[in-house]
Order: sequence, then C-alpha cells, then structure tokens
Amino acid sequence: MKAAGGSSLRGRMARYRMHYALMAGGILYFIIFRYVPMYGITIAFKNVMPFDGIWAMVTAPYIGFTHFINFFRSYYFWNIIGNTLAISGLKLLFGFPAPILLALMLNEAWGIRFKKVTQTISYLPHFISMVVLAGLVSTLLSTSGGVFNEIIKKFGGETIYFLGEPKYFRTILVVSDVWKNMGWGSIIYLAALSGTNPELYEAAIVDGAGRWKQTLYITLPSIAYVIVIMFIFAVGGLLDAGFEQILLLYSPSVYQVSDIIDTYVYREGLINMKYSFSTAVGLFKSVIAMTLIVGTNALARKMGQEGIW
Amino acid sequence: MKHSRTIKPKTSEYVFQGVNYVVLTLLTLLFLIPFLIVLSTSFVSSAEYARRGSLILFPQKIDFDAYRVLLTQGSILLNAYKITLFRVVVGTACNLLFTAMLAYGIAKKGIPGRNGIITMVFITMVFYGGLVPSYLLVKSLGLVDSVWSMVFPSLINAWWLIIMKNFFAQIPESLEESAFIDGANAGTVLLRIVVPLSMPIFATIGLFYAVWHWNSWFDASIYINGTTKLPIQVIMRNIVLSMSNQDLNQSVLADMATTPPPAATVRSAVIIVSTLPILLLYPFLQKYFVKGMIVGSLKG
Repeated sequence: MKAAGGSSLRGRMARYRMHYALMAGGILYFIIFRYVPMYGITIAFKNVMPFDGIWAMVTAPYIGFTHFINFFRSYYFWNIIGNTLAISGLKLLFGFPAPILLALMLNEAWGIRFKKVTQTISYLPHFISMVVLAGLVSTLLSTSGGVFNEIIKKFGGETIYFLGEPKYFRTILVVSDVWKNMGWGSIIYLAALSGTNPELYEAAIVDGAGRWKQTLYITLPSIAYVIVIMFIFAVGGLLDAGFEQILLLYSPSVYQVSDIIDTYVYREGLINMKYSFSTAVGLFKSVIAMTLIVGTNALARKMGQEGIW
Repeated sequence: MKHSRTIKPKTSEYVFQGVNYVVLTLLTLLFLIPFLIVLSTSFVSSAEYARRGSLILFPQKIDFDAYRVLLTQGSILLNAYKITLFRVVVGTACNLLFTAMLAYGIAKKGIPGRNGIITMVFITMVFYGGLVPSYLLVKSLGLVDSVWSMVFPSLINAWWLIIMKNFFAQIPESLEESAFIDGANAGTVLLRIVVPLSMPIFATIGLFYAVWHWNSWFDASIYINGTTKLPIQVIMRNIVLSMSNQDLNQSVLADMATTPPPAATVRSAVIIVSTLPILLLYPFLQKYFVKGMIVGSLKG
C-alpha cells in the first residue's frame, strides 16, 4: 500500500491499527490457550499436588529432574516407548502403501462413474468420529452377536473376546486405522496422478511398453516425489500412535501391548492426578516429537519441497 | 485412462480391467459393510433375536423399537443432540470468525510484527504444551463444566489458519486499495471485499471445523462432569463402549413396559442415530472437502 501514514514504524503501525484490532482476538487465543500451557510445563520440574490450587503451579519450588529420572527408571518407560513405536510403525507399514495402491488402481480404471462412486465411498470412513469407529469395531467383534464370533460359532469354534486378547489387539488397531484413512489418503496421490502427461503413455505404448512397465517407468516416477514427501511427514508423526483410538478400545488386559505414551500420560495425569510426573512424561514426548517434525521438515526442504511450512 | 483409448486395447487389457474392477468393488464393499451390519442390527426386535440367534444380517421385520426407546426415554440423547448442535453452530461460527480475522491480518505483507505473529503460530504447530497443563488452564479459567470449554480451547486451528492466510494473500491488493481510498476501514474491507471473494475457502474451512466439532468427544469427556452438558459423541461412547448390558437395561431401558429391544440393537441404533446426519450430508459436501484437502496439501 502506498503513502498515507508515512513509512516510519509508528506510521505504519498506525495505518494498520484496524488490522491489529482484528487480529487481537486470535493473538490472545494463542497466548492464553497455547502459550500459557507451555509455561505450565514448568510443573514437570516441581511437585504440584492436585489440591494445591492453581497458584502452586507458579509458586512451588523447583526440584530438578526427579520426575524424569523416575520415569526413565520405571518399568513403564520401555513398555510405552516400545508400544508407541510398534503400533505407529505397523500403521506406517500398512497404512502408508494402502492409499497409494488404491490411487493407482483407481487411476487405471476406465469407468468415470465407477471411479467417482468408489472414491466417494472410500472417503466415507474418514468422516466418522473415533467413537463411531470404536463402536463399529466393538460391535463387530462383540462376544454377544458380533459378526466375527457368530461366524466362528457357525463353524463350531469357541467365542473369542478379541478386544481383550493381547495377540489380536494391535491387528485390530492397524486394520481399523487403515480402513478409516486409506480412501481419504488416496486423494493427494490421485491429484498428483492426474497431472501426469498423457503423451508419455502414448510414447511408451508406441515403444511397446506393457501396463506393468508403464506403471513402473511412468506412473510411479511421476508421483515418487509426493510419495517421498508424504513418507517423510509420516515419520515426523511417529510418536502419535493414535491416542483417541487406543483410549476408546483398550482395557487393562491389553495394556501390555497397547499402552502408549499418550494414554499413559492421560491415566497418570488426569485419572491418578500425578500432575507433575505426567507433565514430565508429556514433555519428554513433546521434545522428541518436535525434533522429529523439525528434522523431517528440514529434510523435505532439502529435497526442494516447500515443507509443511 | 484416456490415453489407452487412442490405441485399440488388447485382450490382456480387458483382463486387467476386469480384475481391477473386481478388487475395487470388493474394497468398496469393505468400506460399506460395517455400516450396513450395524444398520440392520439396529432393526432387530427382541422376538426375532430370541428366535433366530444374534447374527441376523437381514431382519425379517424392520423393528423400530430401539429408535422409539431412544427418542422417548432418551431425554439424555435429545439433550446431547442440543449440546452437539450448539458446538457445531456456535463453535464453528467462533472458529471461522477468529480464524478469518487473524488470517486477514497476517496475510498483509506490510504489517509490522507480522513475522513475529506467524512464528508464534508456527511454534504451536510443532510444540504442544501437554495434556495436563492444558487441562489445568481450562480448570483455572473456570471453564470446567461449561459448554464453552468445547469452544475456546480449540478456537483456531493453526493449519487451517495458514490455509486461509494463503488464500487471502492471493486476493489482488488493488481491489482492497480502491476500497481504502474510498474511505473504508480494514473491517469493512474484510467484510465487503475479502469475505465475498473467499466463499470457497470459508465453506471448506467451515466444514472442517463443523465436522471436527461434530466428531469431538475427548475435550468434553475431560472438561465436563455432569451428564446434561455432554455432546452426543460422549453419550454414545458411554452407551456403546462403557456400559455393560445390565447398566444399559437399567438406565436407558428401565421404564419400558414391554420387552425392551436387545442390547446389541440399542447400541447399534445409537451408532446410527449419531452418525446419520454426517452420512446424509456427506455426499453433498464431499467435493468441498476434497478441494480443501488438495489446497491444503499443495500449499499448506
């Protein structure tokens, strides 16, 4: 914008005073609801008790890294780290390629209408809430009338309480996660595929390349970039193994294989009210997660991609 | 693929297409079947349940007992719907208002302090203050047990803010300038020029917020203690996931004069009742989501 108000800092600020007024609410939101909790992290280095009152968060004396040391030494440390990485890793292993395969298959299909309908239906699970997902899972796997157990019974087998069995629990998490996100995840690959130059295929066909070779030498390279970037970002979120999903579906009998950092923080913090200790555990996660995100983003930038910011 | 048509397809091509269609059709069924099973279970009467056992994919008689129970006894459910409606309508309106106002400001390149504000937002995208500090904050603000605890703590989503900011930044500066010259202030320009030009992004981001509100349960589950202010998702979690059959009979089905519908039927009906609005609206809104997804991922 030109002139009006001069170019001194004060002049520019005066010119934009209405803009500042508009932004004030949003800025205040970030300060109160995002930055005050960051200050609240200091209770990880204190000993704040549930009934101390809110000012204890500020006034309690610092006690150093006691809570962290207790956490590192506890039995839970390796257990929840292992569970987090195992569940997250499995979801990555199966959940990452699934949307790519779906996109490739949709891209090859001839019928426009068929494609549209398939896409629309495949996006649907993305829009249901985690509670509905958990409800569907527990209904289908229920011991009283769940489809799977009814089929087992028809073949003369014993009813299985799937959600209470450690050996099935992670599979349930991964399968339901892939089911929910596969269709929606394919959008970005389909968008990338639609940008592929059709002349490349025509040239390849003239050269005698079959479908498999076309996929290998034209289709995949044309979306390789997107695949790599999506993978890098997926790795950045490795510590998020699916808090809500697990919280809704797990029970003490499967804690051994499903208790992740987030669920542990929730139980210790909000159920057992060990405020300081659970904040320390949460901070441990936040710091590693931040390192992962910033690191993977830098990697993405190095590859010439804009990164997520 | 269009390019394949320019050259006459070979037989192997037809075989491939056939296989591809079959696999995709099976996948599509996999996406639908869980919903269909729950839907049909919700129509099973207790008489049929007793006669045919529990796996009934196609009920012989469509029985609405479970729904009748939920609508008549379920003042809990009706009330929960009101709370959900509140957070979807009022919550989304607040979300959009504050997101748009901040996005409009940080989209302006010349504003002193703009980079500082953007950095402040970015930091919150990579670093989280943690569950307990956030909970303690909401508690100390006196928002516990208030419906506003479902609105304020998630007022602005940083990702969607950035998407909106990028959209605003594309609007030609000259359009706004001419309005400023005519004596309009920033608020008027935002309302009269920027907003009308940004309807697509408002629709998309508004829908994102609305669906998020509709589906949210965790915030309410930790911030709200009484049952009268719980949204539908939390009530559903309580009925579908936490309650034993016996509890269910006592709380929801207690005053039934006749035989109450089976627990599995009631649970399924609850899932259907709380998912139906989204499922019905979804086909019409789908294209906005897809657009938003693509906009957000290309330049987010």
